Amino acid sequence: MNRWLSGLRELRQYPSAIGGMALIAFLIGLSVYTVIVIPYSQALEQWRGGEQWQMHPVNAGPVWADRLLGGNKPETITVSSDDATVEERTFDGGRQLRIPLGFDFTYDDFPSEINLFLQSRGTERQGFVRLSWRTPDGDTIPLGTQRIARDDRVSISQNRSLEGRLGQPPHIGLFAGADPGDNPEPVAGRYELVVDAMLFGDDPTLSAELAVYGRVHGIAGTDHQRRDLMVALLWGTPVALAFGLLAAVGTTVTTLVIAAAGVWFGGLVDATIQRLTEVNIILPLLPILVMVGTLYSTSIWLMLGVVIALGIFSAGIKMYRAMLLPIRQAPYIEAARAYGASNTRIIMRYMIPRILPVLIPTFVTLIPTYVFLEASLAVLGLGDPVLPTWGKVLNDAQVQSALYNGFYYWVVSPALLLMLTGLGFAMLGFALDRVFNPRLRTQ
Amino acid sequence: MSALPAATPARTGWLRDLRRIATFTGKRLIALILTVLVGVYLTILIANMGGQVDDLRMLQIRATVSEQVRADPAFFDMPSEERNELIERQVQLEVERRRLDEPFMVRSIDYLAQGMQLDLGRAEEMHSDSGSREVYQIIVERLPATLLLFGTANLLVFFVSVWAALWLSRRYGSPADRSVIALAPSSAAPGWFYGIFLILIFAFLVPVLPAGGMVDIPPPEDSWAYAASVMRHMVLPVAAMFISSIFISIYSWRTFFLIHSSEDYVEMARAKGLPSSLIERRYILRPTLSPIVTSFALMLIGLWSGAIILEQVFNWPGLGTLLFQAIGYRDTPVIIGSVVIFAYLLALTVFLLDILYAILDPRVRVGIEGDNR
Repeated sequence: MNRWLSGLRELRQYPSAIGGMALIAFLIGLSVYTVIVIPYSQALEQWRGGEQWQMHPVNAGPVWADRLLGGNKPETITVSSDDATVEERTFDGGRQLRIPLGFDFTYDDFPSEINLFLQSRGTERQGFVRLSWRTPDGDTIPLGTQRIARDDRVSISQNRSLEGRLGQPPHIGLFAGADPGDNPEPVAGRYELVVDAMLFGDDPTLSAELAVYGRVHGIAGTDHQRRDLMVALLWGTPVALAFGLLAAVGTTVTTLVIAAAGVWFGGLVDATIQRLTEVNIILPLLPILVMVGTLYSTSIWLMLGVVIALGIFSAGIKMYRAMLLPIRQAPYIEAARAYGASNTRIIMRYMIPRILPVLIPTFVTLIPTYVFLEASLAVLGLGDPVLPTWGKVLNDAQVQSALYNGFYYWVVSPALLLMLTGLGFAMLGFALDRVFNPRLRTQ
Repeated sequence: MSALPAATPARTGWLRDLRRIATFTGKRLIALILTVLVGVYLTILIANMGGQVDDLRMLQIRATVSEQVRADPAFFDMPSEERNELIERQVQLEVERRRLDEPFMVRSIDYLAQGMQLDLGRAEEMHSDSGSREVYQIIVERLPATLLLFGTANLLVFFVSVWAALWLSRRYGSPADRSVIALAPSSAAPGWFYGIFLILIFAFLVPVLPAGGMVDIPPPEDSWAYAASVMRHMVLPVAAMFISSIFISIYSWRTFFLIHSSEDYVEMARAKGLPSSLIERRYILRPTLSPIVTSFALMLIGLWSGAIILEQVFNWPGLGTLLFQAIGYRDTPVIIGSVVIFAYLLALTVFLLDILYAILDPRVRVGIEGDNR
């Protein structure tokens, strides 16, 4: 035990060890925070996507990146009828409403999309809405009239006739002022979307929500399904750490025990283990994982199981064997035998603890290998079907040609987190290697 | 080169060495063939999913056959009972043709024999560029691209790192040495990871190099221009692999050489006043040659797997991309075929390593089985 403590004390002299531990501590803290703030079931639910993200823009970059580069791209603006002063006029058999949805627009770029969500309740038959757009210059642009269903989404950006009239996509044309020219610039000021509704029924109500989608969103941005990437980036942390740690523990411990057993029993057991190791070296890990993923399921736990199963007879056995062989002859093992210790006891209590310190560095440097393995599988499209992970974000980005389309944040942020994980463990591992590996220390 | 220093009793030593190396190689070859046999059989077992593949195939056969019979105008007037009977008969024929009625154990042995002879069957969806449906053809077509890319990168990493490590081991503790140690953890990330960043920087932010592929489209007519185009496309993937493995490689070689350059016989040579280049060649490199070769081969083994994703990221038309496409099509024969080929490539690497080992390690020639392998 003393050896461990002194080793740990010595570790403090290495700046890389301190840096690595700080990174690991940060990642663990982030995982704990994530698991508490977004519970597992909620994370899965959110990552499934759908309606809950309808107020988020598509493929918006992070706000801070834009502001750092001196940009002033719009964030998403939502205006609800609950906050507007609604003019009402009830008539026999219905109600007439005028909902002005006003907002201030001060950004240097055009919004990416405009949607209006309408909910009508208590109506006997379909009502009508007439939409008109008021610009800061005082112009009024009619956006057309239409029937409304119970829950309706009016895609103003996809209004083709409006686009024809404006000569530009509506989310640009509506903000470009009266005479935009070839290079339209957004005009700042107060805009207003006026919803004039005619509803039929005893007590009909209408609530409207205008979403002027921005081009930047939050800390992490959003993806092609409007999902906030923050969910995946946050939840990727505990998943990656758990996968890396479990896989590293699983493979190292089993390999070690088997190597020790082989050395202790010798003879046929040892020979069998050696031959199995040779077979296993020839089995290509990633292609087999790909095969399992394609044919069975891509569940992360199955992958973990296969990784551990294939890692049991890994090349490490040869290394441990070489380390354990001299220990077998050591006098203290002779003594243990003399007092009648069982085989299991000798292997577990006398042989393995002797080489554990040498293993710690290997173990720590093994963790990022598995973290990247999980990411690799996800990049190949064999990520876990429901869990949000970094690799899946990278895969989505690649499938959507993120780099080609200029959505750099989509690739850079998960990659950066992967890099931090890799660096953290590798830095600590290398420092541990120098502390616990006496052969290197003498140099 | 191997036998020369040992050839003290002229010709007899030569022959004895050759014989020993031959028996050793033969033994290893047999062991490796057995190993591949077991590996391929395991692959077949995994790929069979405990019989589920057969069920899927049965369903598929039934669907295709009934579709065919229903769509054939010749059978339109047939009463439905008779038609169903016809379908049953056709299904039976098809099942017998594919030998699905035999127990799996019999068939698995059969698959094994075919797999070992590299008769990998026919693809379900994919075909090679020349139009062949043979899985073997599809795979062999992709092999040169993979070999070109990974051969170049590995040789580059290997020679640069050994050379740099020798150079650094002479300058222990210098700023260059320390910066290599500091950079070593960067190798925690695999090549494809750096590839993403390289593509981002050199293909999109500063568009100087192609983002992916192997040659320009359309491919240049002139063979020199073709080679130049391939070279240009190779720069980024090779750089990605180089970055991801160079520092760890230099680091481990440096440590290795440091340990070996403090051996007594090296000190002795230094004390004699031999030039340092001679010390490096004869006193440090020669005794450490077999571990160097081992680690080179192990690196090759590791990189075979890493190839898959790097190729996918760079859209390089090699084995990795093939496997990726096969996943997309769910083309089981191609996936299994790739695994078998990968197993063969690994076995080949191990075999070459063994032969080299036998040549380099005098203990094998003298007949002492080394325990430290």
